[in-house]
Amino acid sequence: MMMRKVPQPGWNLEYLMFVFTRLSGLAMFILAIVGVAMALIMGARTQMDLGTLMRWTFFQNPNHVLDSNIPDVTAGWANGFWQIMEMLVIFLAATHGFNGLRVILDDYIHSIFWQYFLRVILFILWVFAIILGIYVILGS
Amino acid sequence: MALKRNVNFFEGLRYKGGGPMLAWILHRISALVIIFFISLHVLSSFFTLETGSDLAIAYNTLYESVYFQVIVYFCVIFHAINGLRIIILDTWPKLVEYQHEATWFEWLIIIPIYGITIFVMIQRAISGG
Repeated sequence: MMMRKVPQPGWNLEYLMFVFTRLSGLAMFILAIVGVAMALIMGARTQMDLGTLMRWTFFQNPNHVLDSNIPDVTAGWANGFWQIMEMLVIFLAATHGFNGLRVILDDYIHSIFWQYFLRVILFILWVFAIILGIYVILGS
Repeated sequence: MALKRNVNFFEGLRYKGGGPMLAWILHRISALVIIFFISLHVLSSFFTLETGSDLAIAYNTLYESVYFQVIVYFCVIFHAINGLRIIILDTWPKLVEYQHEATWFEWLIIIPIYGITIFVMIQRAISGG
């Protein structure tokens, strides 16, 4: 009996990133909902305004936006739970975003050399953004 | 592999894709805006933490302005809701038959959320508080 090697569809980079984009989108919805709920719980005492609420929903870090004031930052946000939440946000958002940039560039750049060149640059920027984000999270 | 098209930009605009095509274009533009914004945001957080330099402070005052927030908030809310529509249509492919209705429904969700928020934001900005 002749066995023929059938190339397996899927499980290449494109398919993995397709799935990852959907899943990370849903995960960021959940993270934002948890963030907005906790911001409401913690900020209700201090009459938090809408802009502050929106900023603290996405990235709960005291070095983030200077004029958003939550008086008891150290009590409320600077603990391990929120640091892990921020790292998740940074990782998911950076990967989702830079993968999206790769897809957009592939649509408009036709030369293979430039495609790979820009992919390398995007990869470096991606690693750089994640390291910078984690440094800010742990350093503040 | 990139598709070779013999269509220029303005011919592309005349393609009558309707609502879903507008959603696709806006999804792409809002993605670029969000990437630009968040990349600068991370850099600014880093420089605020490390140096507190004038550049970081200047960028902070830029994105604290209400005009900037109105644009970025539209991009974020549109990208989120439109992404949810894409996830739903991809997960249940039979629903693609109703993609025009899905696009209208998406705007029905976006407009109230966005409208209420920018109403409050602009009201606060005008009354100075």
